[in-house]
Amino acid sequence: MSECHGGPGGVASLEPSRDGSAARPHVIALVGPPNSGKSTLFNRLTGLRQKVANFPGVTVEQHTGRARVEADREVMLVDLPGVYSLEARSEDERVTRDVLYGEMPGVPRPDAVLLILDCTNLGRHLILAAPILSLRLPTLVILNMADDLASRGGKVDVPLLAAQLGAPVALISAFTGEGVDRVFQYIQGTAAGRIKIKAPLAELPILQDIPKCRTWAARIGEKAHYHAPAPPLWTRRLDSIFLHPLLGPVIFVVVVVAVFQTIFSGARPIMDGLQIAIQSTGAWLGSLLPEGLMKSLLVDGVWSGVGSVVVFLPQILLLFLFIGILEDSGYLARAALIADRTMRRFGLQGKSFIPLLSAYACAVPAIMATRTIENKRDRIATIMIAPFMTCSARLPVYTLIIAAFIRERPVLGPFLGSQSAALLSLYVLGFLAAVITARVLKSSVLKSGQEPFMLEMPPYRWPTLTSLGLRLVDRSLIFLKRAGTVILVVAVVLWCLANVPYHNGHPPKIEESAAGMIGHAIEPLIAPLGFNWKIGIGLISSLAAREVIIGTLGTIYGMEGTSQSVGLQQALHRELSLGGAVALLVFFAFAMQCMSTMAVVRRETGGLKWPIIQFSYMTVLAWGGGFLANHIIHAMSSGSGLQAFLRF
Amino acid sequence: MQLSFKKPAGRFARSLEDLHPGEEGVLDRLDLPKDVARRLMELGFLPGHRITRALAAPGGDPRVFRVDGSEIALRRETAARLRLRDQAAPASPGVSLSA
Repeated sequence: MSECHGGPGGVASLEPSRDGSAARPHVIALVGPPNSGKSTLFNRLTGLRQKVANFPGVTVEQHTGRARVEADREVMLVDLPGVYSLEARSEDERVTRDVLYGEMPGVPRPDAVLLILDCTNLGRHLILAAPILSLRLPTLVILNMADDLASRGGKVDVPLLAAQLGAPVALISAFTGEGVDRVFQYIQGTAAGRIKIKAPLAELPILQDIPKCRTWAARIGEKAHYHAPAPPLWTRRLDSIFLHPLLGPVIFVVVVVAVFQTIFSGARPIMDGLQIAIQSTGAWLGSLLPEGLMKSLLVDGVWSGVGSVVVFLPQILLLFLFIGILEDSGYLARAALIADRTMRRFGLQGKSFIPLLSAYACAVPAIMATRTIENKRDRIATIMIAPFMTCSARLPVYTLIIAAFIRERPVLGPFLGSQSAALLSLYVLGFLAAVITARVLKSSVLKSGQEPFMLEMPPYRWPTLTSLGLRLVDRSLIFLKRAGTVILVVAVVLWCLANVPYHNGHPPKIEESAAGMIGHAIEPLIAPLGFNWKIGIGLISSLAAREVIIGTLGTIYGMEGTSQSVGLQQALHRELSLGGAVALLVFFAFAMQCMSTMAVVRRETGGLKWPIIQFSYMTVLAWGGGFLANHIIHAMSSGSGLQAFLRF
Repeated sequence: MQLSFKKPAGRFARSLEDLHPGEEGVLDRLDLPKDVARRLMELGFLPGHRITRALAAPGGDPRVFRVDGSEIALRRETAARLRLRDQAAPASPGVSLSA
């Protein structure tokens, strides 16, 4: 063991395993600046043996994973948020600093550090090496993007750099996997306690302010014969197209429309197929099970409840595939740049654009996609407004009510019928609610302090299948696990409400069930919107997922529960006035009737505060909107020709 | 942290906002609150560094700048707060940051 420099990190005990007990896992922290390829390496090292949670008390996500070093030995890897320094000004920096100093509750102090830097940008990235090496923990300095460095004619003398830093250095490419075995060897070494800390040749800067660290980094780079690579020519060529004043926006619109079209219509056949598969498997399961309570719970409760979530998986996978391609290729940053000016009008920024677009398919992946927004306030604002975008679960409800109440007639010649116009106006309504909410939030509670918009433009590169695949699996597992478990619970609870109290061994009629009683109980509350208790039951059941209301109303009216069902349309038409129908549409446009979304918001914001605010706000807005719609339509239709739009 | 090393903010001091595409300038100081200035410095916007204006979003906002080996986009309002060194004055010695 070497003598210590009087770095600000202090003198720490350096045994790799301090308490020596075998029970304590060997912990290795992965640290690096944003855009250093940290997550790609983390995925490579851990494969799918990873866990995502939030650090206690903060909204920062904690990725931990296990890497197998020998047949029966595993080490725990902690992926820390991307930071440029350990100043502990932002939440990300505070978390990184606390974990590295062993001050984060629940996370043991790391035994070793993997410091990952982008070697095409070494001068700037080495700045982080100064505070990290001052920690005096065993550290492997990983120079990522070796392939880029070589292809653009840059070079660095690895042994010289290692001597300067007093830490082993590995030149790797996390994208291609080149050199990753060297990282594994190091992890094995630290796990076996074979790594000793050496003193750096170059004294670490004492005062770690950025200009000093940058000068230090430049000197180290010089001594390690670092030659910065030539500018990425292909990136400049591509940028002259993608950021062309005229061509750029055109390509942007084409990309956006293609993504939108694919996730919206492209996923439709797969989703329909999946729906049929789930229904027929449910029917098949039902035929296997003996008649009774158990069968009803399993088939009508569990299977159809979980099925209603799984149906969205194709759309979510496609969406993440697109976002993955856009992000890994580098186009996402350009899209954010182009969208920034428009988004700024709503108090948001360019990076909010793609998540909000995704929300038209489903708010759940959209909210997960907000992780690309580093600015916390902008991210929360985007999360708060994403559920206003007309997601695909609203569509069957809209279609059913519109078909039941609005007679198809031309509005704009052959181009736009009245039913399409109604649907379109609901899209606009959701969008307006989102925009106004964003403005209100961003000019009040989420006012961006002084944090200005800064966006790094990474060089373009080909996305790799491994990286895309890992991300797809990762995100869909999160979706299925989190959203699936909530939906499962809610489905079972709703099933119970619809099936108690039991009469003479028979389930009750829906109006006599607990759900029916709740429907009756809330009737005074929803009567001003023009809804009766039956719609009330539908609203309660749609808390699980919006489209569930169709199935519930189908059960109540004893009809087949699909939006195409003319029987259900007629039944609705008898139950609701035109005002009530429009109120129902407005209610669905505004209300947060989606357990999966709330579960994801809770996860992504790290607590119950934001989901509760969001749910209350959206419910109040939905009630108010429905109330206004009901009364305005009522006043208008009593006198005017609005009756002409009635279907029957 | 006081970041103005030279004269106080002159009314006519050029800023990053004034750079034309392809044009280069040497950053003099960041007229921004300390924390924001720090964030920008972490991205390479350090006094004494050469900064080149690159492309921009349609409409010219935000704009992309090449600094310390990477490209960073800033809104115009931010770029206007990053003052450039007087071109006639020689670059101050001691801040050699080429890497």
